[in-house]
Amino acid sequence: MSKSIIIITAHPAYHRSRANRALRFAAEGSPHVTLHDLYEEYPDFMIDIVAEKSRLETHDHIVLLHPFYWYSAPALIKEWLDLVLEYGWAYGESGTALNGKTWTQAITAGAPEDTYMPKGRNRFSIEELLRPFEATAHLCGCLWQPPFILNSSREASPAALLQAGHDFRTMLEVLARG
Amino acid sequence: MAEANLLQSAFVYLSAAVVSVPIAKRLGLGSVLGYLIAGALIGPFVLGLVGNSEAVMHTAEFGVVIMLFLIGLELQPSLLWRLRTSILGMGGLQVAFTSAFATGIGVMFGLSWQVALAVGLTLSLSSTAIVLQSLREKGIANTDAGRGAFSVLLFQDIAIIPMLALFPLLATFAPLEKGVAAGPLDALPGWMGGLAVLAAIGAIVFSGRLLLRPILRWVAASNLHEIFTACALMLVVGVALLMQFVGLSPALGAFVAGVVLADSEYRHEIETDIEPFRGLLLGLFFISVGAGIDFGLLAAQPFTILGLVALLIAVKAVVMLGVAKLFRQRSGDGALIGLGLAQGGEFAFVLFAFAQNVGVIPGTVTAPLIVVVALSMALTPLLLMAGQALMIRADTKIGTVRAPEIEAGTYDVIIAGYGRFGQIVGRVLSANGYKVSVLEHDADQVELLRGFGRKVNYGDATRLDLLRIAGAGEAQLLVVAIDDADKSLELVETARKAFPNLKIVARAFDRRHAYELMTRRVDGFERETFAAGVRLAVKSMRLLGKGAYKADRAGKLFTRYDERVLEEMFSHWADKDDAGYQRLVRDRTALEEQLIARDSASLAGRSDDDQWGEISQYREAFERDQAQMSPRD
Repeated sequence: MSKSIIIITAHPAYHRSRANRALRFAAEGSPHVTLHDLYEEYPDFMIDIVAEKSRLETHDHIVLLHPFYWYSAPALIKEWLDLVLEYGWAYGESGTALNGKTWTQAITAGAPEDTYMPKGRNRFSIEELLRPFEATAHLCGCLWQPPFILNSSREASPAALLQAGHDFRTMLEVLARG
Repeated sequence: MAEANLLQSAFVYLSAAVVSVPIAKRLGLGSVLGYLIAGALIGPFVLGLVGNSEAVMHTAEFGVVIMLFLIGLELQPSLLWRLRTSILGMGGLQVAFTSAFATGIGVMFGLSWQVALAVGLTLSLSSTAIVLQSLREKGIANTDAGRGAFSVLLFQDIAIIPMLALFPLLATFAPLEKGVAAGPLDALPGWMGGLAVLAAIGAIVFSGRLLLRPILRWVAASNLHEIFTACALMLVVGVALLMQFVGLSPALGAFVAGVVLADSEYRHEIETDIEPFRGLLLGLFFISVGAGIDFGLLAAQPFTILGLVALLIAVKAVVMLGVAKLFRQRSGDGALIGLGLAQGGEFAFVLFAFAQNVGVIPGTVTAPLIVVVALSMALTPLLLMAGQALMIRADTKIGTVRAPEIEAGTYDVIIAGYGRFGQIVGRVLSANGYKVSVLEHDADQVELLRGFGRKVNYGDATRLDLLRIAGAGEAQLLVVAIDDADKSLELVETARKAFPNLKIVARAFDRRHAYELMTRRVDGFERETFAAGVRLAVKSMRLLGKGAYKADRAGKLFTRYDERVLEEMFSHWADKDDAGYQRLVRDRTALEEQLIARDSASLAGRSDDDQWGEISQYREAFERDQAQMSPRD
């Protein structure tokens, strides 16, 4: 039986993000995927905690798809983490709701890959910068997957975006199989 | 009347009104008394500027018809149904008891029982025109007392029909020539007359539903405003004629026609078109009542006439007060209704003429009675003022028949006014665990809410003693949510003075009211329709394709900006700087648009290129590729 995937996505200006759209379109067609757009659902940041929890409980894999704002995520993703991953549910004593699920970050970054290096202007690799998310996944008992990264999102050619879409879709299909 | 004369007397009437009505109004006497005085002044007994006013009176009676049409127009059938007990009960008992008393007194004065009965029935009627106009001017038409008075008046208007039928049976002497008020159907036997009456009412109801609306739509489509007005007037005149034809009160027919059209889409248009005619014709009516007062007769037998006026008013007021008590009206309301309805009515003139013509009441009896009725009508504004004063006194005394019902206790919040607005505030606060005390002055609303199981106190929140009982002394916050702008300001002032530590927030009706509240330094206010308007705009933008977050933000941004501008405009408004105020209003829209566009652009942190075309091509390409790939998988 194939596994189900929830993609939590957030982009405050989604209509202007080519990269996010490319990845979202790629995911939309998959029967295993539920796409959940936080800025569309909670424009006022009033996250429905109960609904979010049951959404996570009914899926096997968690994917967070977002732009790499300030080496992290748009504010609504942080709000979502703060409110939904409650003590006693996601972590801590009897906090086992997410145990065994996989956790994948899908990142779109404006700058090219070579800037995310000790000598580059971003100093650290994206994997390093994602450590807070990795730690979060770990604390919740999730299996941290290597992140999916789309670099140079602003300059990417249509062909490059197309390729990224296929890669993302392939990654999702692999997840669904396992 | 010659044409030159028509213009002359029109000028006399109009200038009398223009001079005396504003004076009367400024003296606090109300416009009705002003008209009556104007009429008396220009009448044959003082200045003698106008002669016999009977022809004018006839025209002016049409003002009463229009008034009842407009009342009907404002009256939803549901309200009429709610008033059914007071119409039939209070109205019926008032007419029955007053007639009985008056008949008894008539017999004591030596009239035969037939004459006394006819006089009694006629005198039981009150003046719909004067009372309703005065109540409306005083702003108490929609209170319990106002509705009570209206119910009784409505019943009286209906009661005229059987009275007209009854009078010929009471005839004691040979009828005069053909009666004026007698319709052409009088030759028919009684049951056919009754049938004709039913047919006429049915015709109004049916044609109102089936015929009038298409006609109004057709006329409205012509886009000729004055033709629409003409059509509305034609409608009222037509109904009045039909009613006269079958021998009914034209006013009653107009009322029915109004009720039939109350839920039509042209209601407001008809209302505004006809309103000026009502005002002017009613004014004319009051003037002619004033001019018709026979001061000669009054001078000849002043004590008899004035004594009869006093007797009439006393009997009617006492009977009405008793009936009101029986129907558990508050005693203050009862006093107002009793004194307010203590005069004779305009239909008395019609009925007296009719009674004389069909040989019931001899002219020697009607002549002084007409003066008595006219004088009692002239006294009405004064009686109403007395009634209102009594009502206020009775209301401020706790422990009257229908005392305010307030549960004393300690509360966090007091909500004044629990209608559409207050209920929302109350529910949010209660749901969040605050102890809320609610004050509502509309008894119907209180009953309704109690029916739903909500705890609502009954009482007028502008009264300091009731506020205190409701717990204003200990509460932290007062929410002013009453639906009367002036009363809301009054309440804010009262509460500020009496409870300096109480925080006050208020529902504002519009910008002006908001300024008034700001002047009184409320701790917070919200314009009642503003938030809803913005939210609907946000929903609209979402449907137009804007993302939820951006639409929401645009709405919030607009709100913030508008509130900031409101503060700015308030300072101009408070300084009475009209030029600055207008300039600000002018510049506002442009600034708003700029601001929202800037926020929209900065939200993405980059230029506003439209990349949709590229992306949708991308999507097609992706799906094509996927379709080719899947067979291989």
